[in-house]
Amino acid sequence: MTAKLPLGHVVVLVLGLTFLYLPILVLIAYSFNASALVTVWGGFSAVWYARLLHNPQVLSAALLSLEVGVAATSIAVLLGTLAAVALVRIPRFRGRFLLTGMVHAPLVVPEIITGITLLLLFVSMADALGWPRHRGYITLVLAHISFCMAYAVVTIQPRLAGADRALEEAAMDLGASPLRAFVEITLPIISPALVSAWLLGLTLSLDDLVISSFVAGPGSSTLPMVIYSKVKLGVSPDMNALASLVIMMVGIGVACAGWVMRRAEVQRLKDRQLAEQG
Amino acid sequence: MLKLNGRIETGAWTDGHTRPFAVTGGVLGAVADRLRGRWLLIVPPLLFLVVFFLVPFAFAFKISFADAVIAIPPFSHLLGSTPDGHTTLTVTFDNYKYLFTDDVYLLSYIFSLRTAFFSTIICLLMGYPIAYAIARAPRSTQTMLLLLIILPFWTSFLLRVYALQGILSEHGLLNSALLALGIIHAPLRIMHTTLAVYIGIIYSYLPFMILPLYATLEKLDGTLLEAAADLGTPPWRSFVDITLPLSLPGIIAGSLLVFIPAIGEFVIPALLGGPDSLMIGRVLWDEFFANHNWPVASAVATAFLVLLVGPIALYQYYQMKDQAAP
Repeated sequence: MTAKLPLGHVVVLVLGLTFLYLPILVLIAYSFNASALVTVWGGFSAVWYARLLHNPQVLSAALLSLEVGVAATSIAVLLGTLAAVALVRIPRFRGRFLLTGMVHAPLVVPEIITGITLLLLFVSMADALGWPRHRGYITLVLAHISFCMAYAVVTIQPRLAGADRALEEAAMDLGASPLRAFVEITLPIISPALVSAWLLGLTLSLDDLVISSFVAGPGSSTLPMVIYSKVKLGVSPDMNALASLVIMMVGIGVACAGWVMRRAEVQRLKDRQLAEQG
Repeated sequence: MLKLNGRIETGAWTDGHTRPFAVTGGVLGAVADRLRGRWLLIVPPLLFLVVFFLVPFAFAFKISFADAVIAIPPFSHLLGSTPDGHTTLTVTFDNYKYLFTDDVYLLSYIFSLRTAFFSTIICLLMGYPIAYAIARAPRSTQTMLLLLIILPFWTSFLLRVYALQGILSEHGLLNSALLALGIIHAPLRIMHTTLAVYIGIIYSYLPFMILPLYATLEKLDGTLLEAAADLGTPPWRSFVDITLPLSLPGIIAGSLLVFIPAIGEFVIPALLGGPDSLMIGRVLWDEFFANHNWPVASAVATAFLVLLVGPIALYQYYQMKDQAAP
């Protein structure tokens, strides 16, 4: 490993990061433009942010998205943990092949197909069983669980496979029940993966346009659906403000998470050093 | 019947607690108890996915053989009954025939394949140098660079595609800059063209290419390259003979991560593309929301799944099997 980056590498990195970040930075700059025209710089202004916060359509859609996201990703992490434990700890069982395939399938199947098939399911169910009578919150949550769960399993499974089985066995030798051993030993070990899985699921759920558009009934628009219907017509300044808000919040969130994780890692290394010295 | 060939873990035997099933005694009780626990793990996720992932496909498959009717729901029932109580089964293959009579399906299929393929190649050509540079950076810089690559992924995909409009539109940054520099005299038309779709896909999925490439390049054994250099191999030769073959798993993983979502993409062609950017996702969307022809949409979805996702799923299945049995 070289201590200093060669010039060529620096150029590549700068170009690559510029490509990734320039559109975002331009968007944030535009969001503070007092003029409604993108071509004209009308001076610095937060007028679009103020307008955004007084837009009931955007606010209710954001609320619905949050409610769906939190519910779906929480259930998905729970189900995903069960699936990951089953796949890692039980070498052979009936339906293992089916479970493995279905857990990973949402990563491969295009969203648009998932969306269509789920809508057909809900419509057929409503036709035959009378449930779900209306498409909205419930159908959105059910639809989001499948793809959040796929990412949850993918995140949790490697961490669980890497967890030291001997610790759990030692706890059970000392009289802990398998459940207690799992909750007190393994769960804390895989908890960072659970947190990442939850955050990842929430991000994906909050961002989903395609599947939501199919399974949401009239009158229940999520935030991406509102954004899509607005930006389809072209650049709109209050969407610039909304996008900047989302990006800044995520940026701050990721930076904080990174800082916390780094501190935890440093602490862990310190503890280990102390343990080795002691 | 449950098969009892699962390996019995030591934990179940050394557990001193008395549990309900232990009443039946000894070995049998422990086995029954263990099975009860394991099915509690397996059944909830399995059941959920069967009902809300697998069964929906069966419905799409079924409806692809139905007739479009003006009703709620807008398709005919396959199963009916005659007045004298016989059950009838009405199946039509018209929807599948229709896929071949209307050019738009074949064209969009080819267009999607081509767009996804070339976007993947361009992502690879752009992503490789970036991943390589990150893998060669000092360790502390690496973490920071990786975070910067991952960060856009955590922000909204939809909003990032939207952000491109600010750059590519007629009065966007790119045209303004080129006009100001005197390179062009009239704004370039990039928005609502196929070029914009390519830029959108590459912009959105480049991080997916960089991350797996970085993962393999970072693990690359530097001593191999040193040995090659010591033996007088020119750098380009050791890149072609050592680095490139060893990073093949990353190339494949990254390419799949770009190709798979790109092929079914809806948002990018819908927001950035023009009327000629016929990607299959967009055609499906229009069939559903504009034409309200659910049976044809189901037939397109079924065909799409078989022709595109099937091979990828098979590939991944064999890949997984290979890894599982070293």
